[in-house]
Amino acid sequence: MHLHNTHAPTSEVPVVAGPCPALAVHDLSAGYPGARGAIQSVSFSVWRGERVGLVGPNGAGKSTLFKALVGLIPHDTGHVSIHGEDCSTSHRMIGYVPQQEEIDWGFPVTVRDVVMMGRARRIGWLRWPRRRDWEAVDAMLESVGLAALSHRQIGQLSGGQRRRVFIARALAQATDVLLLDEPFSGVDAAAEEEIMETLDLLRARGVSVVLATHDLGMAVNEFDRLLLLNRQVVAYGAPAAVFNADTLKRAYGGRLGVIEEGQRTLVIVDEHGCPEGAPMHTEGD
Amino acid sequence: MGLEFLLEPLQYAFMQRGMVAVILVGVVSGVVGCYVVVRGMAFFGDALAHTVLPGVAVAYVAGGNLFIGGLAAGVAAAVGIGWLTREARLKEDTAIGVVFAGMFALGIAIISTTRSYSVDLTHILFGDVLGVADADLLIMLVFGALVIGTVAALYKEFLVMSFDPGLAKTLRLPTEPLRLLLLGLLAVTIVASLQTVGIALMVAMLVTPAATARLLVKRLHHMMVVSALVGAVSGVVGLYLSFYLNLPSGPAIVLTTTALFIVVFVAAQARWRRGQ
Repeated sequence: MHLHNTHAPTSEVPVVAGPCPALAVHDLSAGYPGARGAIQSVSFSVWRGERVGLVGPNGAGKSTLFKALVGLIPHDTGHVSIHGEDCSTSHRMIGYVPQQEEIDWGFPVTVRDVVMMGRARRIGWLRWPRRRDWEAVDAMLESVGLAALSHRQIGQLSGGQRRRVFIARALAQATDVLLLDEPFSGVDAAAEEEIMETLDLLRARGVSVVLATHDLGMAVNEFDRLLLLNRQVVAYGAPAAVFNADTLKRAYGGRLGVIEEGQRTLVIVDEHGCPEGAPMHTEGD
Repeated sequence: MGLEFLLEPLQYAFMQRGMVAVILVGVVSGVVGCYVVVRGMAFFGDALAHTVLPGVAVAYVAGGNLFIGGLAAGVAAAVGIGWLTREARLKEDTAIGVVFAGMFALGIAIISTTRSYSVDLTHILFGDVLGVADADLLIMLVFGALVIGTVAALYKEFLVMSFDPGLAKTLRLPTEPLRLLLLGLLAVTIVASLQTVGIALMVAMLVTPAATARLLVKRLHHMMVVSALVGAVSGVVGLYLSFYLNLPSGPAIVLTTTALFIVVFVAAQARWRRGQ
């Protein structure tokens, strides 16, 4: 494999020791109340190097939560901090890998150009990237195993490669908190494996990751903690504690079959982990 | 033919000024046009070109500066479109349609009050590059340099917000001021270019050279260089065609750039098929 696993954090990622969680979200509400995807009073914390899976039915507000966290949409109430610093005043940034449908892949930029965008603020106003900026970008691409493709136009890459480019771009922001919105949708098993290896690399570097996914099986196996969301936090904690008949029913309503056979819990869902089109059942709305 | 063919038109001072004008306009609209193409603003660009008409018309009738008049109308239109989109909850293209048609009609009504109505309107709509004065060239040069300088200075910020507005916001770039600045650059480019191709064909100078360049290169700043070159060459070739074939200069320039686009498009398609 071409991943360079190093347990020492590189200079690209600031090291912060201390008792504060990497990402702390307190009482966050965003979106029009009652509208699809609106979220209410969401609170959770992610510690350094943790990998958190964000799961919930369509319209549960997963993308809304991400967009509110990075400031793409305003949040009505609530407080977000990174390493104890308030996000609204801190210079610290949260990295965000958007859903792939939101990007114009025909745009005239190379892979290197895309990663360089992550350094736009650090380079500073009225300047063009200098040699050390390009060296940093090349090192970032090397670490996610895409050095050979760095001069390709971004649209010529496969779905899995594009995700890794965006992860490299988020790392170039010198952030150590990364949000990924559905990175596994529409990629094949090999690409999924590559993205997973990149996530392992991030963990080794102490980067905290929150990843939205529909794949409940993967969520159980690959994440330290799960956040089960349905407009509000239904459950947050270790996968085994989060997934049970009660919480799944509360998150997915009547659109989910849960069969308990002794030690095993069998959950029946459709291919996306939740049926589309069925009326939403939520509590407290 | 030969050298004489190329030099003969340049004996005339109005052709010399015309050549300088089409090269300046070709370069500036070629560069700014790249943003129009990659951001999908062709309709907005076309509309903005039309909305400057009442400003140009008022300046024309009152004997003021056409550039200032057009720029004022362009800025008013951009602000109006933004306001309608936000306050009246109209879709942006609907708001553009409303403002664009209304202002264009107002402009025609104002020009119709002059005695030489049809000649004036033709010049404004389709350009009058051979009527460019030295003072006009100076305005084009100054504002063209301002536009290119701004694009060069804010290249990476404009790139980020064009490719991924979400990243621009997470990086806490001032996205709204940058967006307005880009619209301002577009308005300045349009008004400075009006005399060469006119309002009706302005969108061709913004879109076609950039679309041609997009087929040839894969990075935005390379696209800008190629687009500027295509724009300038189209202007020069179009002006020769205009001189020898006795065509109006605006359509001659636009037909040249369209022909260049078709040649490059066919070549790109052929290369793509071979690559399959």
